[in-house]
Amino acid sequence: MSTTVATINDKTNLGFWVYLMTDCILFGSLFATYIVLHKNTFGGPAGGELFDMPAILVETLILLTSSFTCGLGMLAIRRQKRSQALFWFGFTFALGVAFLVMELSEFNALIAEGNSWQRSGFLSAFYTLVGTHGLHITIGLLWMLVMGWQLLRKGFKDSVIRRFSLLSMFWHFLDIIWIFIFTFVYLMGDLQL
Amino acid sequence: MHKKLRLALIILLAASFIGVAAWYISTLPIAVLNPQGIIATKQYNLLVFTTLLGLVVVIPVFIMAIVIAWRYREGNHKARYTPDVSTNKLAETIWWGIPIVLILILSIVTWTSTHDLDPHKPLVSDVPAINIQVVALDWKWLFIYPDQGIATVNFVQFPVNTPVNFSITADAPMNSFWMPQLGGQIYAMAGMTTQLHISADAPGDYRGVSANISGEGFADMKFTARASSQTEFTQWLKTAKAAPQHLDTTAYEALRQQSIANPVAYYSHTERGLYDTIVMKYMMPASEDSESTGMQHQHEGMH
Amino acid sequence: MNLLEIILGKLSIDALPHESVTLGAGIGMTLGLLGLIGFVTYKKRWTWLWKEWFTSLDPKKIGTMYLIVGGLMMLRGFADVIMMRLQQALAVGDSTGLFPADTFQQVFSAHGTIMIFFVAMGLMFGIINLVIPLQIGARDVAFPFLNSVSFWLFVAGMVLINMPMVLGEFSAAGWLAYPPLSELEFSPGVGVDYWIWCLQIAGIGSLLSGVNFLVTIIKMRAPGMRLMKMPIFSWSVLVTMVMVIFAFPILTVTLTLLYLDRTMGMHFFTADGGGNMMMYVNLIWAWGHPEVYILVLPAFGIFSEVVATFSRKRLFGYVSMVWALFAIAFFSFIVWLHHFFTMGAGAGVNAFFGIMTMIIGIPTGVKIFNWLFTMFRGRIAFTSPMIWFMGFVFLFTLGGMTGVMLAVPGIDYQVHNSLFLVAHFHTMIISGVVFGFFAGITYWFPKIFGFTLHDGWGKIAAWLWSVGFVLAFGPLFVLGLMGATRRLNHYDESTGWQTLFIVAGVGAAIIGLGVLAQLIQIFVSVKARHARRDTTGDPWNGRTLEWSTVSPAPHYNYAVIPTVSERDPFWEAKQRPSAAAKHPLYTDFTMPKNTGVGVIIGALSIAVGFGAVWHIWWLAIAATLAIIITLIIRLSDDETEYTITAAEIEQLEIQHSHKEHHA
Repeated sequence: MSTTVATINDKTNLGFWVYLMTDCILFGSLFATYIVLHKNTFGGPAGGELFDMPAILVETLILLTSSFTCGLGMLAIRRQKRSQALFWFGFTFALGVAFLVMELSEFNALIAEGNSWQRSGFLSAFYTLVGTHGLHITIGLLWMLVMGWQLLRKGFKDSVIRRFSLLSMFWHFLDIIWIFIFTFVYLMGDLQL
Repeated sequence: MHKKLRLALIILLAASFIGVAAWYISTLPIAVLNPQGIIATKQYNLLVFTTLLGLVVVIPVFIMAIVIAWRYREGNHKARYTPDVSTNKLAETIWWGIPIVLILILSIVTWTSTHDLDPHKPLVSDVPAINIQVVALDWKWLFIYPDQGIATVNFVQFPVNTPVNFSITADAPMNSFWMPQLGGQIYAMAGMTTQLHISADAPGDYRGVSANISGEGFADMKFTARASSQTEFTQWLKTAKAAPQHLDTTAYEALRQQSIANPVAYYSHTERGLYDTIVMKYMMPASEDSESTGMQHQHEGMH
Repeated sequence: MNLLEIILGKLSIDALPHESVTLGAGIGMTLGLLGLIGFVTYKKRWTWLWKEWFTSLDPKKIGTMYLIVGGLMMLRGFADVIMMRLQQALAVGDSTGLFPADTFQQVFSAHGTIMIFFVAMGLMFGIINLVIPLQIGARDVAFPFLNSVSFWLFVAGMVLINMPMVLGEFSAAGWLAYPPLSELEFSPGVGVDYWIWCLQIAGIGSLLSGVNFLVTIIKMRAPGMRLMKMPIFSWSVLVTMVMVIFAFPILTVTLTLLYLDRTMGMHFFTADGGGNMMMYVNLIWAWGHPEVYILVLPAFGIFSEVVATFSRKRLFGYVSMVWALFAIAFFSFIVWLHHFFTMGAGAGVNAFFGIMTMIIGIPTGVKIFNWLFTMFRGRIAFTSPMIWFMGFVFLFTLGGMTGVMLAVPGIDYQVHNSLFLVAHFHTMIISGVVFGFFAGITYWFPKIFGFTLHDGWGKIAAWLWSVGFVLAFGPLFVLGLMGATRRLNHYDESTGWQTLFIVAGVGAAIIGLGVLAQLIQIFVSVKARHARRDTTGDPWNGRTLEWSTVSPAPHYNYAVIPTVSERDPFWEAKQRPSAAAKHPLYTDFTMPKNTGVGVIIGALSIAVGFGAVWHIWWLAIAATLAIIITLIIRLSDDETEYTITAAEIEQLEIQHSHKEHHA
């Protein structure tokens, strides 16, 4: 009995879903830590005083759009349309980079005014939670580059299609995590909850 | 016969060993089983109750294990052999049911006793309570009597049958404040206050320790808790009030440095609000004009 | 920062041990390692080791390597035991015993860390690798390459935890390193960083194994093996893997946060700066409590198999047993606070967690009764696995009773962090996890290696461990009640504790004799392996699929994947007179090729960990990048499998049956 593609896809999809669940727990622990520490400003500023909400809104829209373009990319993959797929994933990549650039400049501005992760428990938790999401985004972007290269080199092999589908799951997952960050970190901070 | 003789000898050996062990243990001073305070006594009663409840399950299990193992060993051809029987509704009901009932009983006991033994809960008494503030340091215990104005190291005294309200913090890693014969422990943590309310029934010197590792010298964080008559307590206060040392900022900073196996020490005056200062310094950054050691000047309006 | 600091980080000549015991241990370990390397070189076995073992993706090989590493680490953990017992038996009054305080504190911190992460987890994943594919009728795990990576990450963690014996120091903050003691202010050396990184790396390996075996059991069972027909050991592993998946990410986060505090000046758990040390305690135990059930549930699964097989009887209450596994797993995630009742939570909170904790006693008790009733009206052969089981029944039940006691906050306020607590958890882990694993290894040994272990020495070992255990830990229950806390490096004579510590030392020595008996057992069995050969593949008259193959099982496990229609399929098949032996229908199938990538990732992980510990940032970053690149290259490789044709399989099967007949 040779291992069929369906079997591999089956196992890999389940395996990746399970991995995403672990990533969920990972972020869950970071969220729990953030919530416990978010009022521990140690005499320093709280979130509401620090967050640049318009910029955060833009970042959110960027990420949401990138999920959409990723979806379009996946459609192209399923239809085995190479140029389309490369275009839409390329667009997603660009949006991801834009998101990271904005996030890094947000961090940079905060650090410049003395609000680094060393200032308080609140800020340690903030940078770590948001930064971990940013790290995942970076890995996703790297993955996109690798997949783009694989698509060019190997075409629509089963493994390439499967991995694009995992990548898009990952990317959507990160978008969902961002919604939670937007809500529990930025919105809550802005509303001084 | 040889096998049975060997078995009998082993059982005899085991029994005599258990007998000797039991006798020896009975000669030992077992603090938790020898409570000298209200709280420790209640905890002891809980211990006895829970043990007895546990034995209700443990003893039948032991008997069953021995009987079943012996009877159904493959050498015993007289025993019935039913290789395919794998369910028995009655049996399963019993051993789901009885433990559920026992745990239910224990849960109710747990709920009530946990509230009753809450370390934050002040003791009900006609006698006015004594307030003692405790600071865990590396590696000794500092006791501050805020109402009497004295302080001690590694020694605390209070009258019998009097509620003692301990407020506990640390200026060191996490410790645990424990006097086994008087009542259970509570953690001592920097930047926070925990509370322990106990009362001693009988006069005596009771051992106190730290039950959480806080560094190299933590095994030497022992103190004596002395319960005495009211008269002796008043007398002792006078002795403490005559001590030459004062616990001011400098003295406290010196005390705060790491040291092991400190001898008992007395301070006749303590800086007002010292305990609160110690707690608060972890809550706010040191102000610009404070000393480099980080000790904060007392804020007005801060209790 | 000068160039030397950038290149070497915090490394300097001072990193070499200056304390005599550590120095001695370090030298001993280095000499032992050099001796081993020399021996392998002399025998010219490096190529063989690389090809047959290190690069193998066969779970049977990987499982064997886990057992060997776990076994070696048990010897190291046991050496720590001897040191601790000696210290506490001798260090009375003015005597400071054999070790300075800091060394003693490193010893018990290492002891706990090693026993949990490298012995218990190692033996557990070892047995799971050896047994699960065989038991569910599969040829491999779902992700064979990931399996290899998991193992080599485990090895990387093992290397890092042994490094402090030659370079630097280990953590002196206990096996869970609570802050503020584990923060930079109070632990300025590299010890806690070593602790963080060996656990972080090994922990990722465990998490990946959790994913791997979950998918394996869900997706790769033999046709017809519906979940409720699956062997109970496989059930226990399935539930355990779910727990691993939920629990281990919490550990990853917690270790990272502590490292960030120590390295980047963050304030997660510091006393000042807005940190909250209680958050660490919550997080670490939110992982830590499920972890101990992760360790014990497979042991329960092993006992279920062992008891049913050696009682020649169907497991009693299979459905109950499965539900009990679920119940234990579920509740294990809502009891973590019982590890710190004394941290000052309100009465309602403490009582809730206490009650949740005692509820776990119910399904656990049900399991004990079900095992006893499996034996009831069976025909019990008291082989050494059954002796381990009997030791377990008595000790675990007593230990469980002390657990229910500890679950009552009022009682816990007195005995928390005392030797009573230490005795309780050792009772559960040793009689549950360790005895279970010993029973399992003995039970499945012939299937993997082709010959049985000497049963007599096994029984001697089981008795020595059981008696030794009572002597080693019985006194600790009493000492705890006498007011002795854990982790004391010395005490006053007035306490009257010394006699009990000496008895405990004698007990530990008897356990040591038990370990010796096991080493003798292995030696004697290996020497006599031809005489002890398992010629039928079914030495115990077994019940489940794995016993239907030859012993040792071939690398592909099954030439033809079996079809199953009931529980205990092999036993049932044996009861029915077989139809005319059909000629098996062989087909082609693929197997994974060997690969050295797992070894490379393991080695690079050591570099990452080492760099992170000693602040050699260029090394940590470079090694991380190298891991990423290696993974990308590996995952771009499409030629990772090879095909075994039907004809080849037929030949191999004929060879195996010839070997059997010529036994």
